[in-house]
Amino acid sequence: MTQARAPASRRRRAPTPHPVSVPRFELTSIRWLDAILRWRPLQFTLIAATLGFFVLAILTSLVGTPVGNRNFGIIFVWIVWWALVISLLVPLAGRLWCAVCPIPAPGEWLQRRAFIAPRPLRTLGKRWPNRLKNIWIQNFAFLGVAVFSAIILTRPAVTGLVLLAFVLLAIGLSLVYERRIFCRYFCPVGGFIGLYSMIAPLELRVKDPEVCRRHKTKECYLGSENGFGCPWLVFPGSLKRNAYCGLCTECLKTCSMNNVALNLRPPGLDLLVSKERGLDEAYKAFIMSTCALLYSAILLGPWGALKDAANMEDWRTWVVYAIGFIAMNLAVVPGLFYAATWLSRRWARLSHAPTRQLFIDFAYALVPLGLMAWIAFSLSFVLVNISYALPVLSDPFGWGWNLLGTRDFPWTPYFPARIPYLQVPILIVGLIFGLYITWRIANEHASAPEQALRSVVPIAALLLVVTFGFLGLYLG
Amino acid sequence: MKASTLVLILATTLAIGAAVLPWPGERATPTQRVIHVNARQFAFDPPRLHVNRGDQVTLVLHATDVVHGLYLDGYDVNLKAVPGISAQATFVADRAGKFRYRCSVSCGSLHPFMIGELVVGPNTLLWRAIALTTIAATGALAFLYTRSREVAR
Repeated sequence: MTQARAPASRRRRAPTPHPVSVPRFELTSIRWLDAILRWRPLQFTLIAATLGFFVLAILTSLVGTPVGNRNFGIIFVWIVWWALVISLLVPLAGRLWCAVCPIPAPGEWLQRRAFIAPRPLRTLGKRWPNRLKNIWIQNFAFLGVAVFSAIILTRPAVTGLVLLAFVLLAIGLSLVYERRIFCRYFCPVGGFIGLYSMIAPLELRVKDPEVCRRHKTKECYLGSENGFGCPWLVFPGSLKRNAYCGLCTECLKTCSMNNVALNLRPPGLDLLVSKERGLDEAYKAFIMSTCALLYSAILLGPWGALKDAANMEDWRTWVVYAIGFIAMNLAVVPGLFYAATWLSRRWARLSHAPTRQLFIDFAYALVPLGLMAWIAFSLSFVLVNISYALPVLSDPFGWGWNLLGTRDFPWTPYFPARIPYLQVPILIVGLIFGLYITWRIANEHASAPEQALRSVVPIAALLLVVTFGFLGLYLG
Repeated sequence: MKASTLVLILATTLAIGAAVLPWPGERATPTQRVIHVNARQFAFDPPRLHVNRGDQVTLVLHATDVVHGLYLDGYDVNLKAVPGISAQATFVADRAGKFRYRCSVSCGSLHPFMIGELVVGPNTLLWRAIALTTIAATGALAFLYTRSREVAR
């Protein structure tokens, strides 16, 4: 099957006015960028590059030195990749990492029986159960990784086994179910990238939803000779949020109506899409914010007993630690938030809105603060430990090689005393952004500014307390 | 002038004040301090040190299990101690705030997270940050409220 050449009308285009009244810039109106995005081998080429690093990370983790800071796998996965994803890719480009992620690639290639050219998928044809069409599995998967984080982040062999398990699970699911079930419903990383991608100023959307409604063949979802149907099981015609769009650009290639665009838009718009909010996503927001707070205390704090517990020095202590960790994530923080929501509803007399609905809606205010808290947390250890990347490039296995002559580059913490001066503005930006989202959500339920203000105050107070918690851990 | 603009100007003025104006805080008379720090996998004891700005601090590092280091952020201090052989450094704590000290010798799995804290008081950076955050939050809410009332009219 060959790729059809783009018609002349597609090659010469002006930006399309968007139906929604917010300023948007259609990136696909830039001809060279549009051509790159429509080039079929693009995703394969990018994934081939990341797969090379990924294979090296697994190999070095499994057979290289057990000393974490001398092991390519540990340094490049938990410092270099992490810094790139959380500090740059997610805030600026949403799910761009998912478009180049190597983990689902082997399974997807097996499913497609092709690297590039579109072909009918070959799977056992099982359908994913309706009751599991949410991100609860991702929530628990992330919590599972988080509770063992001190082990996973510091033991190369464990990191290697975890990454290998992800690949094998993705392959298994690709052979049984259609498309990217692992990415959509299992991947613990994809869960939080999806949540935080709603902040990003980059979006893939249809230009005119009416065109999709009238169009019968739905190639974007079912596939065509130009590309596969959406691997993420998303119908672009009704796409209003970044959360589950992996930016693979298959729909851009398959749409015969030339109705799909990649846009720049104001950040955070997706958080205001009320129709698709859910308890699973609300809990993802709680889990992510709580984990950022707990990690800041456990990994960056001075308390040796906490580190010993997280490091499984004694299994009984670890069980207590794990129970506490999970309780904080699933009960304590959501419980406090529920109390704030209840107070908000009572004080603002929002009797027409159920507390549960307000609880879910207001939880999205934690998304900007949570992302900024993760960036602030990551700065603390990335800038201090990024210099380990140079030696492991020369000696990835820790076997004494010196491929690039950088093996003996000393550990050099960068600007450690300046990090708090970066963390404070980052947290303040997250808080203000969170308050703005809270205000907008309050206005969905309130009939007057006074009522909106009364409903916002308890939530704002809680966000402020959470921010003080981070400030106390970083500066106090 | 619109109320929302007034709120923005007021919040910005207060924020600049909180960031740059002299902060009330008692300056203690500088003294000489000798502090012994025991290092073990993967913690320092004591985990947190408090000194006053201007104090002359001598840190004595003891390694109790394997070789450990002590690198102090913001100060030119980097020690290495072998079990049985301690190391020490003297410096003047002339910068206020919280500074982490970290193990600088690879000592095991949690080595990158082996951290202690030196607080040089008065810790005005923390209080400035809290004031700034409070002003930013209050200002943002006041702005959104007044702006929304202006739009409603």
